[in-house]
Amino acid sequence: MFKHTLMSVAIAAAFALPLSASAADNPELAAIRAQIQEMKQSYEARLQALEQRLQDAQAAVAEAQNTAAAAQQASAAAPAAAAPAPAAAQGDNAFNPSISLVLGGTFSNLSQDPGTYRFGGFMPPVGEVGPGSRSFNLGESELTMAANIDPMFAGQLTFALSGENEASVEEAFFRTRELGGGMNIKAGRFLSGVGYLNGQHSHTWDFVDAPLAYQAFFGGQYKPDGVQARWLAPFNTFLEVGAELGSGRSFPGNDRNKNGFNATSVFAHVGDDIGDSASWRAGLSWVRTGALDRAYEVDGIPNAFSGRSSIWMADAVYKWAPNGNPTQTNFKLQGEYMRRKESGTLASGELADGYAGTQSGWYLQGVYQFMPNWRAGLRYDRLSSGSPFIGLVDSGVLGMDAFPALASYNPKRSSVMLDWSPSEFSRLRLQFARDEARPGQPDNQVYLQYIMSLGTHAGHTF
Amino acid sequence: MTSLTKKLIAGGALALAFALPAQAAINVLTCEPEWAALTTELAGDKANVSSATNALQDPHRVEARPGLIARTRNADLVVCTGLDLEVGWLPLLVQQSGNAKIARGQPGYFEAGSFVPRLDVPTKLDRAEGDVHAAGNPHIHLNPHNIALVSAQLAKRLAAIDPANAAYYGARQADFAGRWSQAMRKWETQAAPLRGMAIVEHHRNMEYLMSWLGMHQVGTLEPKPGVEPSAAQLGQLLAQLQQQPAKLVLRAAYQDERASNWLSQRAHIPAVVVPFTVGADAESRDLFSMFDTTVQRLTAAVK
Repeated sequence: MFKHTLMSVAIAAAFALPLSASAADNPELAAIRAQIQEMKQSYEARLQALEQRLQDAQAAVAEAQNTAAAAQQASAAAPAAAAPAPAAAQGDNAFNPSISLVLGGTFSNLSQDPGTYRFGGFMPPVGEVGPGSRSFNLGESELTMAANIDPMFAGQLTFALSGENEASVEEAFFRTRELGGGMNIKAGRFLSGVGYLNGQHSHTWDFVDAPLAYQAFFGGQYKPDGVQARWLAPFNTFLEVGAELGSGRSFPGNDRNKNGFNATSVFAHVGDDIGDSASWRAGLSWVRTGALDRAYEVDGIPNAFSGRSSIWMADAVYKWAPNGNPTQTNFKLQGEYMRRKESGTLASGELADGYAGTQSGWYLQGVYQFMPNWRAGLRYDRLSSGSPFIGLVDSGVLGMDAFPALASYNPKRSSVMLDWSPSEFSRLRLQFARDEARPGQPDNQVYLQYIMSLGTHAGHTF
Repeated sequence: MTSLTKKLIAGGALALAFALPAQAAINVLTCEPEWAALTTELAGDKANVSSATNALQDPHRVEARPGLIARTRNADLVVCTGLDLEVGWLPLLVQQSGNAKIARGQPGYFEAGSFVPRLDVPTKLDRAEGDVHAAGNPHIHLNPHNIALVSAQLAKRLAAIDPANAAYYGARQADFAGRWSQAMRKWETQAAPLRGMAIVEHHRNMEYLMSWLGMHQVGTLEPKPGVEPSAAQLGQLLAQLQQQPAKLVLRAAYQDERASNWLSQRAHIPAVVVPFTVGADAESRDLFSMFDTTVQRLTAAVK
């Protein structure tokens, strides 16, 4: 009936239109026109009412889907094919933390014995240093559990499981959720916010290994046990400042059996976009920590350092993608400079005297995605040991041969890599590096690496 | 003018500059351009609206850039599609911004996807199926009926965030809804010839458009959601089209043209680009013209 009336309206309208000009004063036509107008309005109203009913019905469907989704999340273990459980029937696992797992491994070919790896001119750092072992290696597998704790706090724990069957706590912290005002506070063990690469988990790195400067000055990454506060300024340009207090146990510090705050770091980062296609971030950071009897041994001669370490870092990163869409091609340029001052005493055997040294290092790397899923990268690393003041040598008590690690040398390394990521959850990488960290013994390193990510996976930071 | 008066004036201006934001327009950050356009329709000059992404970006793959973090910090309301579309970057923005107003569950967090009926809700969650969205297909905005549903909810939310202008938002929503339903009837009439048409799409991001206009999909250029098209997959698709022909191959402006052109040439069907969202081309300045362009491109291709 609806269709029928519509049709008659249309016919009436078709007849009415051509006539209207010639017979404007015909009362019968005027009446028809008024009738049409009336019908039009009534249909308009009915259409609107129908549309409203449709909208209400759709909203109800959306609501039902929301309820079903909530119920499904609650009873995650229940098979999805089963009828959606009522929202009240929540499983015991509903509040379990989300789990994410990263599997990593390498196949390495090293031309030099990795057991002899050291940075010429530097005291050997403690931590994840060097190229690892030859042949197949289980890299670090990371197991992360994270969840909101309550409205105020969220927490996260990341285990690093090494190929040597050791589990270590990579990160374990809680953070505030809704302090507001641009403030975020974190406490526990966490990757420090200093520099650029320091805050990123190793599975997100663009090369197999950390830059030499990170290895020499931090023993990999700086991960204090302590508390961190960050504040984001309320500007349209990104400006973030942060400070951390720590136990001082992580390298270059060590456990000094001391109360209070034994390590301090501060950092500031600024950043912005350049048009739609590019963005940048740059920062300055400062870390101060101390060591007591930080012992090391090179060529069978035991040495130990006690004193203060302070590190300045400057970092910058620039990213480009056409129209800001990185799917097809994108480019990333990053570089960091680090300068460490250490002063205190240096012991050789029973003897000890003053020590002061300033050492620096930097790296610059570029990674280009030249087609979907494929990226190529180049990196250059350099360290400069400088010439330290060694009291025992200066006073003529001992010769430089008592401190074989500290003979001036400038280690360097060039790396090139190619990686393929069929999806954002998997990556295979080939890397070649010529590593001249040891004086006079260039090491040609070839790595094949896999990085696989399972489970819920948090997004990556800029 | 003495230097003292100058200083006083400067001081006054400065004080004003700090005082103003309290009563000025609310800051709205949207994840996608379509929600920025909708918010502007509803809020007019009562809101400073900006979109985190532009029409040429893939909303799945966006970097949590420093500039975005800064904009999130100052937002009173974040309007996003949700349904895990922005899962790779929005949580980072919210967390790093330290802005408590826009955390998930707060009034400042508006998830458009939760107010419309979803398509493609998976019965099985497995990453072997590619980039699956647990809550359903998130590209909801290409059915204008969904825009209508969201607009009613968004107006309510704007009123809740900014009660002083509640009546204003209500009035603008009523006006928008009237113009929108008229426009929908126009598009539906224009697009009537598309009913029953089979198409190939690049990614499963046109499902809502198809369900609105009665079209259906007989293949995607991507072998699995989020996986780039490969030569092998395209070859298979071409063979499959011999049995099950499609009228056109459809992609969004942000998607790479190569795969769709390849198929277009070999299967002898037109490759059609739709703006997908506001701002993709000069013709698609707002929501109305975006749908005008979409319907016009589709109908022109099958004439």
